[in-house]
Amino acid sequence: MTAFLVVLVIVLFGVALWQMAKIFELSKPESDTTDQIANDQDNQINGKLMLMFVGFIYVLAFISHYKWSKVFLPQAASEHGVDIDQLWLISMVLIFVVGIITQWLLHYFAFKYRGRQGQKATFFADNDKLEFIWTIIPVIVLAGLIIYGLFTWSDIMNLEPDEDPMVVELYAYQFDWRARYSGTDNVLGDANVRLIEGANVLGIDVTDPNSQDDVVVSELHLPVGKKVLFKMRSQDVLHSAYMPHFRAQMNCVPGMVTQFAFTPTMTTQDMRMNEDMVAKVQDINNIRREKSKVLEANGDEALAPYEFDYLLLCNKICGNNHYNMQMKIVVETQEEFEAWLAEQKSVANTLVVQ
Amino acid sequence: MSAHAHDLAAEQHEDHGHHHKETFVTKYIFSQDHKMISKQYLITGLFMGIIGIGMSLIFRMQLAWPDKQFPIYEVLLGKWGLDGVMDPSVYLALVTIHGTIMVFFVLTAGLSGTFSNLLIPLQIGARDMASGFLNMVSYWLFFLSSLIMVMSLFVEAGPASAGWTIYPPLSALPQAIPGSGAGMTLWLVSMAIFIASSLLGSLNYIVTVINLRTKGMSMTRLPLTIWAFFVTAIIGVVSFPVLLSAALMLIMDRSFGTSFFLSDIYIAGEVLHHQGGSPVLYEHLFWFLGHPEVYIVLLPALGITSEVIATNARKPIFGYRAMVASIIAIAFLSTIVWGHHMFVSGMNPFLGSVFTFTTLLIAIPSAVKAFNYITTLWKGNLQMNPAMLFSIGLVSTFITGGLTGIILGDSALDINVHDTYFVVAHFHLVMGISALYGLFAGVYHWFPKMFEGRLMNKNLGYVHFWVTAIGAYGVFFPMHFIGMAGLPRRYYTNTAFPYFDDLADVNVIITVFAFIAAAAQLVFLYNFISSMFFGKVGPKNPWKSNTLEWTAEVKHIHGNWDGPIPSVHRWAYDYSKRNEDDSDYVVPGQDFVPQVLPLQDKEEEMDH
Repeated sequence: MTAFLVVLVIVLFGVALWQMAKIFELSKPESDTTDQIANDQDNQINGKLMLMFVGFIYVLAFISHYKWSKVFLPQAASEHGVDIDQLWLISMVLIFVVGIITQWLLHYFAFKYRGRQGQKATFFADNDKLEFIWTIIPVIVLAGLIIYGLFTWSDIMNLEPDEDPMVVELYAYQFDWRARYSGTDNVLGDANVRLIEGANVLGIDVTDPNSQDDVVVSELHLPVGKKVLFKMRSQDVLHSAYMPHFRAQMNCVPGMVTQFAFTPTMTTQDMRMNEDMVAKVQDINNIRREKSKVLEANGDEALAPYEFDYLLLCNKICGNNHYNMQMKIVVETQEEFEAWLAEQKSVANTLVVQ
Repeated sequence: MSAHAHDLAAEQHEDHGHHHKETFVTKYIFSQDHKMISKQYLITGLFMGIIGIGMSLIFRMQLAWPDKQFPIYEVLLGKWGLDGVMDPSVYLALVTIHGTIMVFFVLTAGLSGTFSNLLIPLQIGARDMASGFLNMVSYWLFFLSSLIMVMSLFVEAGPASAGWTIYPPLSALPQAIPGSGAGMTLWLVSMAIFIASSLLGSLNYIVTVINLRTKGMSMTRLPLTIWAFFVTAIIGVVSFPVLLSAALMLIMDRSFGTSFFLSDIYIAGEVLHHQGGSPVLYEHLFWFLGHPEVYIVLLPALGITSEVIATNARKPIFGYRAMVASIIAIAFLSTIVWGHHMFVSGMNPFLGSVFTFTTLLIAIPSAVKAFNYITTLWKGNLQMNPAMLFSIGLVSTFITGGLTGIILGDSALDINVHDTYFVVAHFHLVMGISALYGLFAGVYHWFPKMFEGRLMNKNLGYVHFWVTAIGAYGVFFPMHFIGMAGLPRRYYTNTAFPYFDDLADVNVIITVFAFIAAAAQLVFLYNFISSMFFGKVGPKNPWKSNTLEWTAEVKHIHGNWDGPIPSVHRWAYDYSKRNEDDSDYVVPGQDFVPQVLPLQDKEEEMDH
């Protein structure tokens, strides 16, 4: 039925257009060969529309910011994230200024110089000075951005030898995550997919002495203020470990180990108290309540209220359940973390046959 | 060289009287005439475009209302839309095929194929392409590859669904996703044929531009359209073979047990024998084409825009030499920036630095182009024909989309928006919408050259442009925001994350705008088809343009010019040029000086 209606609407739309075109044609008194070429009236109307269009772009930008800047990610919860946000802000301000000016010039010129009978265009084919100016300005600005960006990038990606981070493995498979802590020795035991068997889902080499104290978990806990070096592996296809609140992302590639390191600076509790986050969570819960009303009216189960938690998402298309491949991240104090870790069973206790 | 070409062309003309016996098959199907081939490209491209845009509407519905049931899904998707609920696998298939069709079939073949074929011979003053036969083969290979791509939609396990970039191992293993079975095989076969078609076409364009220019048509007198098509063809020849090799290696990995891209994989309960390959290698190979591909799509659109803006502004294009230099610089840089798609792929971070550097460099020639377009409008006498509106629209989306490229090209900033909707918004504006605008500008502008003098209806053209312009910004501007909220792309639904619940209304708005913009394309289709048969025949040179194609016969004849090929005496942009004493235009009472006109009395000669 709906399909029929859709087809009907399309057909009627087509008929309406056809009729409109006919009316346009009939309303023309004389029909000469140039009547499909823009005349002064068309130039007038479209010139003015150009000016209105740049207004539309500005209004759209303004409304979008006004309504939706609340959906942005909250302040960065990692050390390097602050640098990224800073660079982001500078770049954004820059492109907004450039965008506002150039869009204005483009559309304003389109309006101001709209064609009129008798108006003469200026023959202006070259001006080396002007062209030099607008080549050199982007060169200087971009040079600044490039240098700033490259320093930020190498600070993030290059690990100083004296940092002594905690090593954690992130293991991706269709469609879930596991984390492996390297234990007291801070060295991950060898692993390979060929060793996957039964409970040993990560393919850990249980004969490797380094693997004995490794701890495999399905919820990632991190101590605040301690640098973590993630070693990423994938079991089957490409995945991407995306931790947006920490401004962190790295692909997990089968056949190789990739890495990314960062220092969390805010515990989950801190983030829950963050002003923006409180507002966002409240907003989300309002939406969920509205939705639940509809669900309950239909006899379905209501949605549970939402509480903020850090997330690890898969951000590289990996199969049918790509959209739901997530792991909770908990950032806590060193003491809480140690207490939690002590409760987890090590490889020696779970996989190694006594 | 061009003098020689002229002789050759003259010889061709001698025996052109013998060609008149044409059957339906040689005229409309296996035609070797560039004008007919260009129409074949355009119509095939538009047909594929309808499929591609239609798919985007279906998955936009899913994204806006993930928990609603739409019986239309069952009608269109069959077993993947039972009871009006979309299956996750078909969602991925839809985004994959949408991307593939739009990038390759619509914007590469439909845009570059159409206008390179139509305009290269006409604007350089040649009777046809260097090889009409190769040209015909090129089109029919494109047709075959389109046919195979469409056929792949109907295989039992579904079409390719590993994303248009088809990264292995997902695309290599049918165990990983159902679309990586027969659907992916057909995708690869289709693309291999497409690449062959593209290479034949590009080689032909290059040879034609180099050898068949008419007398006086030096390289520095070429219209910017031809420069754009010429350089585009060169990038295609340089980069498409690399994609072919990647596709072949993927075929080997899939079917013959090699391990180019696969290593250490445990899937569906067993360890695969593959060892030693790397998916990152595939990413390098793919993006070695994939990034230049952006410019293969965009440069022809920019070339068309240059021509349309100059003609309709009644002014020379500002900074012709800078525009040519920018095209060449962009082309060169485009082949050394592919790594910016791979900042977080696991490649060495030092490489990330190098690619950040080269990528941000590309902003310089792009900025020069944008400023030059704006200056071309300044103090013009703008004729607001639909083609002009689309060209101005292109500059607008090119700026907006290009600016966010400065963010994405910066490796440090890319970390957090990589593969989010921010990227989707960026590339749709800068290459998708911009290139589509270029395509539309070209169709409105050169419709009379394709359909023997008929013009498209301008009022429908205005409706088409304004609704599309509002729809396009309405779709892609808000999309940046959900990207900045951290929403990954290619998620079938966002409801698995309560954290993203507050993005639902943005998604609804995007979808509504998408439908509005798509409705405007129906106006275009109606206008296109009805004008093809009933369009008003306009004057021979409707836009009062300088370029050679408007001196060719209005009726399509094999060989384009009934008499000898005209020779060229000036560049293509002498609009509103005045006498030395500034008393009147060079040609009294006429604000344009066609390229075929020799230097006039009292005219100052200029070196551009």
